[in-house]
Amino acid sequence: MVESEIRFQFGEVASESSHHSAGIDDPKMTVEDLYFYYGSLRAINNVSINIEKSHVTALIGPSGCGKSTFLRTLNRMNETIPGTRMEGIVRLDGVDIYRQIKDVSTVRTRVGMVFQKSNPFPKSILENVAYGLKVNGIKDKDIIRQAVEETLQKAYLWDEVKDKLDKSAYMLSGGQQQRLCIARALAVRPEVLLMDEPASALDPLSTSKIEDLIGELKKNYTIVIVTHNMQQAARISDFTAFFYEGNMVEFGPTRMIFTKPVKKQTEDYITGRFG
Amino acid sequence: MQPYIFKPKSRIRDFIIEKFIAVNAFTALIVILLIFIFIFKESIPIFTSHEVQSEASLDKMIFKQQYYEGRDPKWSWQPNSEVPKYSLLPLFLGTLKAAIVAMLFSVPLAVGAAVYTSEFAPRRLREIIKPVIELLAGIPSVVLGFFALIILASILQTAFGFTYRLNAINAGIALGLAVIPIIFTIAEDAMTSVPQSLREAAMALGANPWQISFTMVLPAALPGIAAGIVLGFGRAIGETMIVLMASGNAAIISGGFTESIRTLSATIAAELAEVVFGSAHYNVLFFVGTLLFVFTFIVNLGGELVLGRLKDRLQGRQK
Amino acid sequence: MITHLAHSASEIKDSESAVQFRSKSSGAFPRALTLISVILIIAMLAIVLGIILFGGVRVISWEFLSSPPENGMEEGGIFPAIFGTVALVFLMVITGVPIGVLTAIYLHEYTRPDSKITRIIRLAINNLAGVPSIVFGLFGLGFFVAFIGTGIDSAFFGSGRPVWGQPAIIWASLTLALLTLPVVIISTEEALKTIPRELKDASYALGATKLQTIRRVILPQAMPGIITGAILAISRGAGEVAPIMFTGAAYYLPYLPLKLNDQFMELGYHVYVMATQSPDVEKTKPILFGTVLVLLVLIFLLNFVAIFIRSRLRMRRMHG
Repeated sequence: MVESEIRFQFGEVASESSHHSAGIDDPKMTVEDLYFYYGSLRAINNVSINIEKSHVTALIGPSGCGKSTFLRTLNRMNETIPGTRMEGIVRLDGVDIYRQIKDVSTVRTRVGMVFQKSNPFPKSILENVAYGLKVNGIKDKDIIRQAVEETLQKAYLWDEVKDKLDKSAYMLSGGQQQRLCIARALAVRPEVLLMDEPASALDPLSTSKIEDLIGELKKNYTIVIVTHNMQQAARISDFTAFFYEGNMVEFGPTRMIFTKPVKKQTEDYITGRFG
Repeated sequence: MQPYIFKPKSRIRDFIIEKFIAVNAFTALIVILLIFIFIFKESIPIFTSHEVQSEASLDKMIFKQQYYEGRDPKWSWQPNSEVPKYSLLPLFLGTLKAAIVAMLFSVPLAVGAAVYTSEFAPRRLREIIKPVIELLAGIPSVVLGFFALIILASILQTAFGFTYRLNAINAGIALGLAVIPIIFTIAEDAMTSVPQSLREAAMALGANPWQISFTMVLPAALPGIAAGIVLGFGRAIGETMIVLMASGNAAIISGGFTESIRTLSATIAAELAEVVFGSAHYNVLFFVGTLLFVFTFIVNLGGELVLGRLKDRLQGRQK
Repeated sequence: MITHLAHSASEIKDSESAVQFRSKSSGAFPRALTLISVILIIAMLAIVLGIILFGGVRVISWEFLSSPPENGMEEGGIFPAIFGTVALVFLMVITGVPIGVLTAIYLHEYTRPDSKITRIIRLAINNLAGVPSIVFGLFGLGFFVAFIGTGIDSAFFGSGRPVWGQPAIIWASLTLALLTLPVVIISTEEALKTIPRELKDASYALGATKLQTIRRVILPQAMPGIITGAILAISRGAGEVAPIMFTGAAYYLPYLPLKLNDQFMELGYHVYVMATQSPDVEKTKPILFGTVLVLLVLIFLLNFVAIFIRSRLRMRRMHG
């Protein structure tokens, strides 16, 4: 990872970046003093961050630094793992999603998630996209058909699958499956989309398709993406947070982080000295 | 684009369903308790009713009794004679004889086959041997009993000239056939679970496959093999149809294995049909059932504990 | 490859003259010995199966399978026993499999592996698997027939002729359902284990509850394993005689078990009685062998189907 490349991309930017708020005026989600434990092992250590609405925030850092764990606290997915414990506050539009929202389903339909390895259900393409609607009570077949077409369009997948909606999702290629998973997540009309290394298992062509998709989606969704690919983070994100060993070391606008990181650790990671 | 407002989910219905699932899950536990309760319940009169005790008390079931004047006290099981006799010793002896023959027959074969399958056999052969032996496990005990009664007994008698066609050896061999798959499966499993790193260490020191097996794998898998043998023994003790059909059903006390025997399990099966509900005989049969249940419970518990500890130990090493 | 490496290792050693090792046996003798064990076991299996096959195949015909016995089991067929066996295991499956599946789901999805509840239930399951079949028979008699059955009778029919408080196919089926419960639970659990966490995560992330995830994702995926378990339970239940001896099986009945409180004929029980209590063993031998063969073929067929499904399941586990 070459420093000069980044500098060429962004030019010289001279300004201070404050550690946490970094020019966020419209936070969709805020995290305050978050600690997270797997049993007695502390995986996240006092992280506070604001996620800007309708922008892409990237989480970078070496493996095992807690970025995926952190992502999963944003939609209460860590609750599916027994023996975990959390301290701190996570807010969506100002509302504490852990203490003020009773039904966890509400949180998860408003904060959607796409996973690292695409995981379509062993069902048809239509059934996959319709799944979220069905489990949340929508039964009308016409509404479902329409919603499926809508979201497949949004995910840049409609043209490729429109005449095989009833075929198994496993017949699609890796890149198509991942776009299907994105469509599936979008079907319930979330406001935030969490993406955990969505393109890491894909070839470069599929990856760039997904990156284009993300660029388009951010107009209407708030996106938080975990990635170990720094070029990708630099390419598509507006804000970047650097995690290391459970701590958020630095957070700021992406061009700042990649051209003038404040902390030495950040700079070391970005220039490839470790990780 | 408007976000959806979804209907809230029914928490009460879910709660009830999940409680229903949990209750179902306790069925196994409840059944074990019920089995013990209902079987023991029918044997309580042996301990509480004087009437029953005049015929069959704990004392009478364990120790020699003098049944007839002028004759020596003896152990005897004859519930249907004029003077009912309820000594359990002939039954214990019969059970033990059949089990011993079964173990002597099955353990060398099963363990040997397990060693071959896990240590020497090429992969393709292993994929054939295991299902074939599982086939043996699939044969119902009534079929093995039939085989022993009609065919094996005749073979043995022609070969060895036993006085009694149906005897402990006949039943024991058929019993052994039933037990072989149990010991084989557990022993083979224990041996293949031995971590590859141990074998590689032995290999690096120049050992050949047999030495690796004998000096490294067998000792490491020994608890598992022992557990398999223990569980096989438990099966041999509790097995009913084979001994019912092939052992001659004579409740006698003798040292030889070529005589007919009567086991605890076969006694219940043979006599329960004719027994008078609520009689002393009835109580004793249920008591025998309780003994069988408790004994196999303990044996199984022991086998499971050993297997559990073996798994922990092997996994601990691999960490 | 292991052999190859070991051989080359010993070759290197032998070439060193400085350190002399005892000459090692190549391990051929123990290898042969253990191979003989395998051969002996397989040979005995072949003999048992072969004799039954040759003894029984002459009797098998469509008439044999479809007509009732005649002339004191010396002629005729075994259709009622086949019918009774099928009815018995059918009732066993519809009562036992749901309980077993729900137990497995509870253990796998609702409890932590190291919790006390899990360990107690597992202990109970393992011990249930080891209970002698005659003890199940006693339980069936003492609990289902004498307790539940007579309880129903006194509650609904007053004291008179027993309606439910007597040996009946329903009690025998329930007894067998309990006996085969561990088989169903273990098969279902194995199937549940093959379901990748990502699939369940995807469902939860879309807002589904645990029950919805179980119904829409987990159960359909586990279905092959559940079916395997049901088939293994059937093959086990069809062969057990001791549990049904006192809970409903009969040697000769002029009717088929069409009501839940009917008695029934059954293949395994038929073999037992015919083999031990026939007045003229020689005359009934052909039918006896035929019955054994039918029972064996039925059970092996079921086992093969279960094994086939199970290996397809294993393949799926490895390829995701």
